[in-house]
Amino acid sequence: MGITDWIEIGRMDELGRMDTPAHRLDARAKAIVTLAFIVVVMSFPRHDVSALTPFLLYPIALISLGRIPVGYLARKILIAAPFALFIGIFNPLLDRTPVTTIGTVAISGGWVSFGSIMFRFFLTVGAALALVACTGMNRLGAALERLGVPRVFVVQLLFLYRYLFVVSDQAGKMKRSAEMRSSGRPLRLRVYGSMIGHLLLRSMDRAERVYRAMVARGFDGEVRVLRPSSFVWSDAIFVAGCLLFFVSARLWNLAEAFGRLLTGGAM
Amino acid sequence: MSHHVVEVRDLSFAYPDGTEALRGVSFRIEHGGAVALIGGNGAGKSTLLLHLNGYLSTTRSDVRIGDTIVTRETAALARRAVGMVFQDPDDQLFMPTVAEDVAFGPLNAGLPPDQVESRVASALERVGMTHLRERPPYRLSAGEKRAVAIATVLAMSPDILVMDEPSSNLDPRARRRLIEHLLSFEHTKIIATHDLELVVEVCRHVLVMDAGRIVAQGPTVEILSDENLMLAHGLERPHILRHAHPH
Repeated sequence: MGITDWIEIGRMDELGRMDTPAHRLDARAKAIVTLAFIVVVMSFPRHDVSALTPFLLYPIALISLGRIPVGYLARKILIAAPFALFIGIFNPLLDRTPVTTIGTVAISGGWVSFGSIMFRFFLTVGAALALVACTGMNRLGAALERLGVPRVFVVQLLFLYRYLFVVSDQAGKMKRSAEMRSSGRPLRLRVYGSMIGHLLLRSMDRAERVYRAMVARGFDGEVRVLRPSSFVWSDAIFVAGCLLFFVSARLWNLAEAFGRLLTGGAM
Repeated sequence: MSHHVVEVRDLSFAYPDGTEALRGVSFRIEHGGAVALIGGNGAGKSTLLLHLNGYLSTTRSDVRIGDTIVTRETAALARRAVGMVFQDPDDQLFMPTVAEDVAFGPLNAGLPPDQVESRVASALERVGMTHLRERPPYRLSAGEKRAVAIATVLAMSPDILVMDEPSSNLDPRARRRLIEHLLSFEHTKIIATHDLELVVEVCRHVLVMDAGRIVAQGPTVEILSDENLMLAHGLERPHILRHAHPH
């Protein structure tokens, strides 16, 4: 019901359990490469768009090798899109110096940087979601930990993911029962406020009970996991290949170079 | 063997907000039996259970599990001896997969990986949930969740099983399966429940709680057939015992 359906979190788990070339890569390798990808994409100057296009290759490769449904992933990206939109939306207003023209229309620097922000957003969020979809949240958590991310953060992340389902389910039920008693009128903001408050209190109670159950089974602050995973040669080649590509695409505008190649250097 | 004995002597407990949840509770449970803890809502059943593995503890200890006096220092020992199945399986199943959840306790106990694996396999087998090993726990049915929650505790090989409302939210078939499992476990069992028919089937002894006190204890049929006693404490004589006596 409700939010859980909307974010289809269970679907992500199913995708994470598939067995494809992308899934078989070591989770650490994918985590390192994706992190490097995000850093490199974010490091471009703000007016760059064309130089970023070669970076589409990485998420596309993950998606196709991992057989991840593109429509599903696109919907997930759109959920987060408003955040990027609000970050970039004022650029066209603040920066009105024309930097290029398309036909007779002058394009201001603001629009170009706005486009660049949105494009980077799609690249990075797409890559991160593709990473989760072809790794699974639990394996990703274990990988982060083995890469030296402090255990508390990893555990927080995994718990956030685990209880998102339970809490959003609870929220859905509260909303439904409120609607059933509202005689068809839309719920007032005040009601939502109260519901969110209740949800917070219930989540805190839940946290206490979960902790209690953990302690009852000998939890002492350290989460131990049983997961064999091995970093093999193909993983090393994957990491090296991707990093090499990112660095060259950062140093040279591969899109322009490719264009020059096609047009015989007439650009 | 003495380490199956559960003894509580004059246990009192008040929550920080002043609510007196337990007022001088005493009882002793010997090895091997199943004991039901019954009483209305807010009688103090869950609070009492939380003392049995040292999650809640008073300054002077009134709880003894086997040879261990349960204090903050010995809580870890008590937790190995007492396996606790909580009321809401969603609180108990927090790992990404069923197998990892069952492995959580044995891993915390410091067992080597191959032993953890065999514990996981046998615990899941015991409750008939082997086929769900790799599934995420939150996508299971209520009956499956309950069975897996029990497996997470069995995997720690406790001497004593403590359960809070094990049959709540179960459909008749899942409840029947639960009763069969309970009957097959050789552990000392302490079961807090409102399901009095289950009590008649599974437990030989009953403790009746009301307002933080044990108000009656004794053999199941004797206690549950006492209509006046039951009604006085927010309970009732279960149906199976209705016609136990001639008119």
